Amino acid sequence: MAEAARKEEKKIIDEGLDVGVQNLTEERIEKVITRVLKGESGARLKAYIETCVHCGLCSEACHYYLSHDKDPQYSPVGKVKQTLWKMLKAKGKVSAEFIKDASEIASTQCNVCKRCAMYCPFGIDIAYMMLTVRRICHLLGVTPLYIQDTAHSHAVTMNQMWVKDDEWIDTLQWQEEEAQAEIPTLRIPLEKEGADIMYSVIGPEPKFQAQLLYQAAVIMDVAGVDWTMPATPGWDNSDMAMYTGDNEIMGRVKRAHFETAARLRVNRIVMGECGHAFRSVYDMGNRWLGWRMPPIPIVHAIDFYYELIKNKKITITEKFKEPVTLHDPCNVIRGGGLAEKARFVINAICEQLIEMHPNREHNYCCCAGGGVINCGPPYKMTRMDGNRIKAEQLFAAKSRGAKILIAPCHNCHSGLEDINHHYGLGYEVKFISDILYDVIEKPS
Amino acid sequence: MHSIYAFVSGPLAWLAFIIFIGGCLYRLISLMVLVHRKEKFIYSYMSLKYSLRSIFRWSMPFATENMRRHPALTIVAFAFHICLILTPLFLLAHVTLVEESWNISWWTLPEGWAEMMSLIVILACGFFLMRRLVNPEVKYVTSASDYILLAIVAAPFITGILVYYQWFGYEILLILHILSGEIMLVAIPFTRLSHMLFAPLTRAYMGSEFGGVRHAKDW
Amino acid sequence: MLTRIEWDWEPGSREIADISKWQTQFNWVEEPCVSPNGEQVAAIVNLAEGEFNVCVNGKTWETVFDKIWHLRFAPDGRPVAFVSDTGEWTVAVDGRTWTHKFGYVWDMMFSPDGQNIAVAVQQDMAYGMALNDVIWKKTYSNLTNPTLSPDGSSTAATVQVADFGEGEIYKFQKGVFSVALDGQTWDTAFVNVWKSAISADGQKLAAEVRLNLYDYTIAVNGTPWSQTFDCVWEPIFHPQNNAVIAPVRSGGKWLLAQDGQIVWDRNFVQLWHPMVSPDGNTLAAIVAPKYGRWTVAVNGRPWSVTFKDQLSEAVFSPDGKRVAASAKSDGRWTIVADGVVWKNRFDRVWPPIFSPSGETLAAKIERNGRYSIAVNDHIWDQVFDAVWDPVFSPEGDKILLRTLNNDRYVRHVVPVEEILH
Repeated sequence: MAEAARKEEKKIIDEGLDVGVQNLTEERIEKVITRVLKGESGARLKAYIETCVHCGLCSEACHYYLSHDKDPQYSPVGKVKQTLWKMLKAKGKVSAEFIKDASEIASTQCNVCKRCAMYCPFGIDIAYMMLTVRRICHLLGVTPLYIQDTAHSHAVTMNQMWVKDDEWIDTLQWQEEEAQAEIPTLRIPLEKEGADIMYSVIGPEPKFQAQLLYQAAVIMDVAGVDWTMPATPGWDNSDMAMYTGDNEIMGRVKRAHFETAARLRVNRIVMGECGHAFRSVYDMGNRWLGWRMPPIPIVHAIDFYYELIKNKKITITEKFKEPVTLHDPCNVIRGGGLAEKARFVINAICEQLIEMHPNREHNYCCCAGGGVINCGPPYKMTRMDGNRIKAEQLFAAKSRGAKILIAPCHNCHSGLEDINHHYGLGYEVKFISDILYDVIEKPS
Repeated sequence: MHSIYAFVSGPLAWLAFIIFIGGCLYRLISLMVLVHRKEKFIYSYMSLKYSLRSIFRWSMPFATENMRRHPALTIVAFAFHICLILTPLFLLAHVTLVEESWNISWWTLPEGWAEMMSLIVILACGFFLMRRLVNPEVKYVTSASDYILLAIVAAPFITGILVYYQWFGYEILLILHILSGEIMLVAIPFTRLSHMLFAPLTRAYMGSEFGGVRHAKDW
Repeated sequence: MLTRIEWDWEPGSREIADISKWQTQFNWVEEPCVSPNGEQVAAIVNLAEGEFNVCVNGKTWETVFDKIWHLRFAPDGRPVAFVSDTGEWTVAVDGRTWTHKFGYVWDMMFSPDGQNIAVAVQQDMAYGMALNDVIWKKTYSNLTNPTLSPDGSSTAATVQVADFGEGEIYKFQKGVFSVALDGQTWDTAFVNVWKSAISADGQKLAAEVRLNLYDYTIAVNGTPWSQTFDCVWEPIFHPQNNAVIAPVRSGGKWLLAQDGQIVWDRNFVQLWHPMVSPDGNTLAAIVAPKYGRWTVAVNGRPWSVTFKDQLSEAVFSPDGKRVAASAKSDGRWTIVADGVVWKNRFDRVWPPIFSPSGETLAAKIERNGRYSIAVNDHIWDQVFDAVWDPVFSPEGDKILLRTLNNDRYVRHVVPVEEILH
C-alpha cells in the first residue's frame, strides 16, 4: 500500500518530536485531547467534522497532494483523517507515536494556507482543524524543535529571532546611519509619540535583512511620511506561537504589539512585506485578545505602497525593466484581498508583469508559510518534494519570459528561494520594496 | 402483512417525521447553543450579504473553480440533489396520500418524470459509489459508514421504482419503500446527511469570513 | 526644583522659543519636548555628520556627542538623554554625563519626583540596570521588562540566569529566567518571567511567570501562588495593604485575582490593566464584557457603555471617586468618564487628566490634523500645530498649556472658565 511505502521513505529526526513523545502518558494524551476537542473547541469543529461528506473534493486544492502524484495521504481531508478523525474516534485514546505523526502532519505537511477552504463545497476550514491538531500537540509538548525554539524566543523577547532589547534599537540606528550616507537628513524616528504611522517588521529583518529596514526608511523619507518605530519590544509583528498552537504566547506577543502602537498613539500600523504577521495581527492574534478587528488599523506594505503611488507621494523615475512574475501570498491575498492592489503596484513600478497560473486567490502556496519553513532544516525536503507543483507553475511563467519572481511575504520569499534553487529555475527572488527602492525618485 | 403496512405507514411514519423534524431542530438549536456558549464571536462576523453571496455562488453549477475542474461530478451532484429533494415532494403518489389524509394537495410531477428523476438519483448513487471505490483520494477517506449512507439514500428510490413497476411482491416492496424512506428521514439529522442542515451554515460562515474580513472570494 | 504651586500660574501666554531659528542654525532639529512646567523646550539637533547636541530654549549643551537619542524631561524639569561618544553610551542629565559608560543604554524611567533616573544597560553583552549612575553589582546574559519601584529607589527586571544555546528547547523549558531586584535574583527560576512590580515599601516583588509551557501564575518574592492559570497578565500591588492583584485566565475567560483568590464575581472576554484608587477603596480594570466590546469595570461591574475599537489609559481621579478613559469606536475617539461618554468625537484624543478635586477632566485632542484641548466635553476654540498634555494648577482653576504654532513654542495659562464658557 502507498501508506506503508510513504512511511518508509521519510525518517526525519526532530528532537522536538522524538524527545517530546517520551514524556507522554496515555492519560495525559487523553486529557489534553479531551480538553481541546471538548473544552476549547466548539460549534465550528463539530459542524466541520459532521458536515464533511468525505467527497475528497478538497484534494486538488493542496500543493502537497498535487506534488506527491496525488497521494491521497496528502489531501487536506486525508490529513484530517490521519489526525483528528482518529483522535475523535478513539476518544483521545491514542498512542504517543500517533501524536508524533499527527504533529508532523499538522506542522509540516500543511501550510494552513486555506486554499482548500475555497475548494470544499461546504467551506470547511481544514486549516483551522490542522491548527487545532497543532494546539493539541503544543499542549502535549510535541512540536518540531526549530519552531518551538522560535516560540520560546517570542515568549522571552516578544520577537521571533532572540533579538535583545538593545540590539533592536542599535540596529535601527545603524541602518539610519547607513541610509544617511545616501540621504543625509534621513531619520528613523524612534518613539515619536503621536506620529501618523508606526512601522513594524518581523524579527528576521533586524537579524539578517537589515537592508529592508534601510529601504523602508528611504521610502518613508522620500514619501514624507510622519512615521515612527518603537524602541521597546512590541516592534515585531511576527508570530510563530500562532502556528505552534501556543495561543497564550500569541496573545501576549500581539498585546505587546498593539499596546506599543497605542502608547505611541499612532493612527495606523504599517507593516513590512510579511504574510503570516498580517494574519497574526489582522485575523488571529487580535481575536484571541477579544478584538473583533485590530484596535489600530493594520496596513500591509502592498496596501501602503499602493496608497503612496496612488496619492503621488512617491514618483517612479524609470520602471524596472526585466519582466517580473508575482507570487500571491495566501495571508494577504486570500487573507487580505490585496490581489488587485498588488498588481497596481507592480504595474506602476515594473515594465512587464507576466502572470503565473493559477494566480490571485488561487495561487499555489509557497510551502514555507504556516510555520513550515520555521520547522527548520529537517523538513527542507518536505517542502521541496511537497511543492513540485509550484516549481512547475514558476517554470511555466519563466518560459513565457518572467525573469524576476516577486514575493511580497518573508516566508514565501525564503520558501521560493529554496524552490528556485532546488529545481534550478533561475529566478531572482525579490520583495516589492527591493524594486520600489530602486525606481523611486530620491533627493539627489 | 396488512397490519405491518398499517404500522409502517401509520405510527412509524409519524415517528419518523417527528424524529426527522425534531432531530433537525435539535441539531440546529444545539449547534447554536454551542456557538452561543463557546464561540459567540462567530456572530460578530456573520454577514447576510456575504453569506448569501457564498451560498448563491455555490448553488450555481460551474460557478466555482472546483466545479469547473470536475464537470461530470458537478452535473451529477446537482442533478442528484435536485432530484433527491424534488422527487419525493412532488411525486403524484405521495401527494395523493397526503390529500387522502388531510385533503391538501399541490403540484405534482408529470407522468414519467418521477421515474426518470428516481433513476437519476440511483445512477448518481452508483456514480458516487464508483468514486468511492475507484478514486484514490475518495477511497482513502471512505469508511463503511459512507457506503451505508449511500445505501440509505439509494434505498427509497430503488424500492420506489420497484413499487412503481409493480414487478413482484408489491406489498412487501411498498413496506420496504416506506421503511427505507423513514430510515433516511431519521438518518438525516443524526448522520453526515446532516450536511443538509449544516452546509448552509458552514458556507455562510466561510462566506462571511472571506467576504467581510478577508475581502476575498471563497470560490 | 519648583513645586507645582510655585510655577507661574499668571493667566496669559508667553513665547519661550522660536524653533524656526534653530532650524536655520542646525542641520536638523528633531521632535521637541517640553518641561513639565512649560518653561523649557528642548530638541536633539544635528550639527554635522556624526555631531549631535541638545538645544534647550535656544542654548546647546556644552558637549557635542556622536549620537543622541531619547531626549525627555524628567518630572523635575531636567532634560535627560542617551548620548554616545566614541562608541560608548551613557546618560546625560542637563548636559552632564554619568561617570559610567556602557555598550548600550535604553529604557529610561523616572520616579514621580524626577529625582531618580533608571535605565537598562549592556556592557560586553552583560546586562543590568543602573539607577542614578549606580549600576547593579551583578549582570546577566539577557534582561527584559525593566521596572522602577513607586518611589524610584529600587529597580527590577527579568533576567536570564543560565545559558542555553539556540535550539536547546528542553534546557529552556527547565527554566532559566528569574527576576532581579536591585541586581539580586530570586532563588527560583521559571520558564518565563514577564512584567514585575515592586511594592510601595520596596520589600516585595511580584511578577507574572510561566511554570512550564502551559501553567501560568504570579510569583511574589520568588514563591508562586499555589493556584495556576491558563494565562496571567502583569500584577500590581495594592498601595495600602500590599496585596498582589492580577488578571488571570481560566476556562477561556479572564478573571481578577488577588493573592491567588478570584475577587470579582464575573468573568470577561478580556481583563487587563487593573488599578487601585489612590485611597485604596476601589478596584478598576479595562475589560471586554463581550467579544469586541471594551469598557471599564469598577469593582467588577462593567459600565454599560462599550466601545468597539479600544479603550486605553483609564485613570482614577485623585480622590478615587471617578474613573475616566480614552476610547475609540469606528475609528473615532472620545472620552468616557464614570460610564458617561462625551458628545464630542475626535480624530485622536490623549489620556484624560483629572483636576486635583476630580471635578474637571481635560485631554489633548486632534481634529483635522490640528491639536487643542477639551475640558469637560468643551473644545477650546484655539488650535495648534502641536499641543502637550494639559496640566492643572493645584487649585484646579487654571490649565497650563504648552503649544507649538509655526515652530513658535508658547506657554499658556488659561482659566478653566475660559475654556468652558
